[in-house]
Amino acid sequence: MKYLEEFQNPELARGLLEDIRAQVTRPWALMEVCGGQTHTIIRHGIDQLLPEGLELIHGPGCPVCVTPLEMIDRALEIASRPGVVFCSFGDMLRVPGSDRDLFRVRGEGGDVRVVYSPLDALRIARENPDKEVVFFGIGFETTAPPNAMAVYQAQKQRVRNFSMLVSHVRVPPAIEAIMESPDCRVQAFLAAGHVCSVMGTEEYPVLADRYRVPIVVTGFEPLDILEGIRRTVRQLERGEHRVENAYPRAVRPEGNPAARDMLEDVFEVTDRAWRGIGVIPRSGWRLSERYRDHDAEYRFDVRGITTREPAQCRSGEVLQGLIKPNQCEAFGTTCTPRTPLGATMVSSEGACAAYYLYRRLGTPAVPLEASPVA
Amino acid sequence: MCLAVPGRVMEIEERNGTRMAVVDFGGVVKDVCLEYLPDLRVGEYAIVHVGFALQRLDEESARRTLALFEELGLLQEEFGDPWEAAAGSGGEGGSGFGAGSRDGEAIVAEEGGR
Repeated sequence: MKYLEEFQNPELARGLLEDIRAQVTRPWALMEVCGGQTHTIIRHGIDQLLPEGLELIHGPGCPVCVTPLEMIDRALEIASRPGVVFCSFGDMLRVPGSDRDLFRVRGEGGDVRVVYSPLDALRIARENPDKEVVFFGIGFETTAPPNAMAVYQAQKQRVRNFSMLVSHVRVPPAIEAIMESPDCRVQAFLAAGHVCSVMGTEEYPVLADRYRVPIVVTGFEPLDILEGIRRTVRQLERGEHRVENAYPRAVRPEGNPAARDMLEDVFEVTDRAWRGIGVIPRSGWRLSERYRDHDAEYRFDVRGITTREPAQCRSGEVLQGLIKPNQCEAFGTTCTPRTPLGATMVSSEGACAAYYLYRRLGTPAVPLEASPVA
Repeated sequence: MCLAVPGRVMEIEERNGTRMAVVDFGGVVKDVCLEYLPDLRVGEYAIVHVGFALQRLDEESARRTLALFEELGLLQEEFGDPWEAAAGSGGEGGSGFGAGSRDGEAIVAEEGGR
């Protein structure tokens, strides 16, 4: 259990919490979409500082976790081939495929390299013209423009030995899928701040209207999250459902126009399978026709791969907010960060990993009256 | 994955026809692409994600966030050695990040002697 004193500004945190508490007259369920926010919430025990009945449901916003198994298996297959240099962000190394992960492929002799930026992979391609250099392009709208830039430059600079295995996903269709689910308990959303840094906020009013849910764009620091919750609760208690920006220092209504133009050019919208959830219509991006020469799915024949999910893993229910990680029988026993059954236990943004790191002992929620806040 | 870290622009240069900058993240220095924020100037702060500046940030917020990330060990998670992280205690927190030997991988694009 974290105490308020550990917040950067305990006074401010206390004030926000008191304001939330003063407003709440009945139970509410809010979903934070973004895995980065889930991590902060669990790490700082924000969910346990909230008044009883105010529940945070953890959403599917962990790109590492929702990358479909067939995509992971394709990556593993490509990375195992001779003459290939497979480049990836570091957080994909331990994501389990059907029978192994990238870390193991490297141990078995595959040339797997971790890069900080997709442009590093492009540089590796330029420096190794006799190798096929493949970059694993995963992530939400925040990561898509950087990856798009690498493909755009590869084409412009005629770096023919560079290709990308693309598995990008988009937040708004995921919100739709969550709201359309018969089991849906979500009454409001904290929208992902950095996704909105790129995309702006224009996609959200239609969702707020259609599903009558407040959507509050929220940042990633503990105080940002408390402020997002405070504004969401205020709307809920007043019966409002608007889009609000609680993270204006990084989010403008129009987002980043240059990045959005690049996305428009390099990608096209496609249906995408989300690991543990299933296909969500129009929820992904793939490379557009114009950039097909750099699409690893076409360059390497990896479409016929069959996959196998471990039967015991309930990450799908976790990702849909139907259960909390510690309600899974495998949690902390057969499934740990060292021996993950599912991707939600691998990535630091996965809800299971966050619970394992900060909530393994199952500390009971402390009612606000008895907490150090009161 | 969606962690975006505020950094301060130290130098700007065109490289391969691309607008690039040297950016300082509280002591860690990285090459960052400015194509999505072409008006960014030396001395200004931006939110940087996977080597790209995505949005301008005022100095005060940037400094505050950097101090917090430093305190929480998030800068090490972001810029440390990913192989070590994956090999060691995959997800057991910030222990051992960036402390051990780097195995010569292209972990970061520190084009020696800029």
